[in-house]
Amino acid sequence: MKVFLLFFAAIFINNFILARFLGICPFLGVSKKLETALGMGLAVIFVMTVSSAIAWTLDRLLISLGLDFLRTIVFIVVIATFVQFVELFLKKTNPSLYEALGIFLPLITTNCAILGVVILNSMMKLGFLEAVFHALGSSLGFTMALVIFAGVREKLEMYDLPEPFRGTAGALITAGLLSMAFMGFQGMVKI
Amino acid sequence: MSRMKELVKGFVKENPTYVQVLGMCPTLAVTTNAVNGLGMGLATTFVLTLSNVVISSIRKLVPEKIRIPIFIVVIATFVTIIDLLMHAYLYDLWKTLGLYIPLIVVNCIIMGRAEAYASKHGALDSLMDGIGMGLGFTGSLVLLGSIRELFGNGTIFGIKVWSLRVFLEILPPGAYITLGLLSGLFVFVGKKRGEKK
Repeated sequence: MKVFLLFFAAIFINNFILARFLGICPFLGVSKKLETALGMGLAVIFVMTVSSAIAWTLDRLLISLGLDFLRTIVFIVVIATFVQFVELFLKKTNPSLYEALGIFLPLITTNCAILGVVILNSMMKLGFLEAVFHALGSSLGFTMALVIFAGVREKLEMYDLPEPFRGTAGALITAGLLSMAFMGFQGMVKI
Repeated sequence: MSRMKELVKGFVKENPTYVQVLGMCPTLAVTTNAVNGLGMGLATTFVLTLSNVVISSIRKLVPEKIRIPIFIVVIATFVTIIDLLMHAYLYDLWKTLGLYIPLIVVNCIIMGRAEAYASKHGALDSLMDGIGMGLGFTGSLVLLGSIRELFGNGTIFGIKVWSLRVFLEILPPGAYITLGLLSGLFVFVGKKRGEKK
């Protein structure tokens, strides 16, 4: 039961972009087109879920060795290595998917959403299954917000905004409105 | 004199938040009040300055191909140091900032400066660049934090100003909207100045 609560709460209530502010850089950077937004989202879902499973195991290992102060360094190195590995693997086995994900894979290393979810799992002391579903939910929530936002932004291009608000400023205010809409989910589930 | 220039450019002209739009996650997340903004800004400045110095001192020893992982390990080391220091001496602030302290590792400002500046310039210049960019970042966080605290809670740095309270300001949407308006203003002022010259 707790697994499902975590899963849905991560998608709607604690949405990474709109409530927790993780992964804002790709959110603002690749949300100009629907297609690229979807590509980024897919890459994040995959990397986030798998790296949180790997990191969970390593976290246990670190705690049992009494080295948990090394957490941040170990996690970031694991994520960076994993991303590199996925890139090489996809290039060999599935070139079409590799083409589709393109530059998004290397970009993911510095996406704070990935490191964020891994550290959150460790801070909330989640079990293995909970950690994986939390990561899956978070990445789905991330993708959803990214795709909705890209859809809005594509339309926004056609409107006559005041000069200073074209680009980032306008995008930020749009994100604020979207975040307000998502606040409606707040308080639906208590964890 | 040119060293001073390296220091000052981060304040307005190349301000990391409003001009370069880097490091957005902590900017939006921790600025519910001015004190949090200041704490986060100074922690980031610490990491940015020291990692800039170390990276620029080892820049000639680092092979081109694996420079990014090496930079990340250097940055992560300093982040761990500040994390442990704040845990020991500033426990309350450490608790409020929570998740966002370890996340300084992936703050794009730090990696950005390492890649764009420290890996190409000397240690002293990089030190200045780190301090300047860090203080520019801190300034933006304090500005955003003060505005949100003022309108959301009626105080600045905990000192009461008025009893007006717009709760939206301290909630997540307030962060986006305030930052959006501020960066719009920044662009507007920048343009007006450009026209005058």
